Amino acid sequence: MESLGVLLLYPVNAYLEQELDRRCRLYRFWESPREEFLRAHAGAVRAVVGNANYGADAALIDALPALEIVASFSVGIDRVDLAKCRERGIRVTNTPDVLTDDVADLAVGLAIAVLRRIPQADRYVRAGLWKSRGDYTLTTRFSGKRVGIIGLGRIGQAVARRVEAFDCPVNYHQRTEQKSVYPNYTYYPTVVELASNSDVLVVACPLNASTRHIVSREVMETLGPKGVLINVGRGPHVDEPEMVAALADGRLGGAGLDVFEDEPNVPEALLGMDNVVLVPHVGSGTYETRKAMADLVLGNLEAHVLSKPLLTPVV
Amino acid sequence: MTPPAAGADAKPLVLLSQPSDSGLTPVMEGQFRFVLAADADAATAAEARVLFVPGLRPVTADLIDRLPALELVSTISVGLDHVDLDACRRRGITVTNAGATFSVDSADYVVGLVVAVLRRVAAADAHLRRGSWATDGDYPLATKVSGKRVGIVGLGSIGSLVARRLAAFGCPVAYHSRAPKLPPCPYTFFPTVRALAADSDVLVLACALTEETRRVVDREVMEALGAGGVLVNVGRGGLVDEPELVRCLREGVIGGAGLDVFENEPDLPVELLDMDNVVLSSHKAVATVESIRGVLHTVSGNLEAFFAGRPLLSPVAL
Repeated sequence: MESLGVLLLYPVNAYLEQELDRRCRLYRFWESPREEFLRAHAGAVRAVVGNANYGADAALIDALPALEIVASFSVGIDRVDLAKCRERGIRVTNTPDVLTDDVADLAVGLAIAVLRRIPQADRYVRAGLWKSRGDYTLTTRFSGKRVGIIGLGRIGQAVARRVEAFDCPVNYHQRTEQKSVYPNYTYYPTVVELASNSDVLVVACPLNASTRHIVSREVMETLGPKGVLINVGRGPHVDEPEMVAALADGRLGGAGLDVFEDEPNVPEALLGMDNVVLVPHVGSGTYETRKAMADLVLGNLEAHVLSKPLLTPVV
Repeated sequence: MTPPAAGADAKPLVLLSQPSDSGLTPVMEGQFRFVLAADADAATAAEARVLFVPGLRPVTADLIDRLPALELVSTISVGLDHVDLDACRRRGITVTNAGATFSVDSADYVVGLVVAVLRRVAAADAHLRRGSWATDGDYPLATKVSGKRVGIVGLGSIGSLVARRLAAFGCPVAYHSRAPKLPPCPYTFFPTVRALAADSDVLVLACALTEETRRVVDREVMEALGAGGVLVNVGRGGLVDEPELVRCLREGVIGGAGLDVFENEPDLPVELLDMDNVVLSSHKAVATVESIRGVLHTVSGNLEAFFAGRPLLSPVAL
């Protein structure tokens, strides 16, 4: 792979960067102004590595005439212009499966954290309030709550398996029902109907043109004043301003959010709310999983260079 | 036990060992006559057959022995470490507790704490609210929950529910209890807490506090758990050598902790307040509407059964 010119869009992972540097010809996109970099090196770039927030859009693809492959350090590839890649014959890979457990663990952990107010209790104790005021607030049980999953793919299924152990009835929505595969889960043909029959709504589908703002004002109002939204997908899955307003005036009961429409910026109003748990896009943020993701990126690049079948191709 | 006299309109007398801060007694006031033990006159004290314990303040041999007609001590908690059980045994007094009422919520809370500690949920939430995501960049990496070896001390009502839940996260589960459970228990038994800790990444305390289990988690157990290991305690603070726990966390002997209970609540070691590898909680693993409703049902059910001469719902073997 020594002659493979790889453009790393962002310092996504120290180990990945080290390996790319050692095994390929690495260009770091953030080290110089964009135009200057492209003038000097555009022709040498055969591979682009980005992540959830930094992808190969049409403009970048057009600026890289020798581009052969985009290997994303993420499972979601909504920031990669897939149509353009298909047009140019550029391959695209992502990192499915290796992060499924982490994202599912976090989704369920967030649901419990919101319903049982775990970070709130931690803040309360650290502020000395347990000692001065006692703590008699009651929360609500997580076990047995109806869990509605948007997208029963790898991550959605992993969430379903976990919540089943809490005796949570599992409901889902996706493009097609798969009754024979999931006889114990209840399908709903629309997200509103799913929300109407769920206490906890989990977003676990890919982001594309048809799923943008799939969690609309109507969905959130249907989920209701006791309902909890868990987003471990992408910020744009949810109409964010509507969500903030619904949480503020109690039309939506609570939310556990790992993603936001304009990361790392989080709506100010959320920062003061006690009915939300907010984490900074850490869905796959464990050292075990990031190493596995990095190895998958490297494996895909190597397969490409050796003209072998790609490990996890999207295009 | 004598059933109430025929035609009696008077509500049965129940002494309270302490003022109730749970709101249960107002609900039951229609059925029973509650009198605070400390306020009881000699006649009332002599008559009382039932002592209801609506909190965790100690129920001493001294109090028990001031009640010559006492037959039943009924607690709102599942833990009985605050009740002088020797005195109850000596007097032939029956004790009822909350039974399995709190087990589901306790188990759910354990899982919540496990994820919160390993994935740094509380710390990451605080980081984000401080504005540090925009200024400091990506949050440091945490560690995966799935696949971590879970060791449960006490595979009773709470422990077995914890096991089922964490098994669904792909965690191998092992346990220690006084004796191994009969097959088909799928979890590996360890004869000592130290051996369990040595083979665990997450050590969960779900056992009662007794003379045998006091400070069962000591330095040796924590060293066996190790630098990557995490302790989760929803049992009683007294199960852990608390000053040693603080030292072990500070020195990196263990990796983190999720703590709902402490030796001297609501006080806790001030050093814990600055640590970001711990998640702290104000003894609320059972503080849900559902658990409170459940324990009201259990307590009133026990009291009704007692006065009607029927079998009690949740008697404890002393």
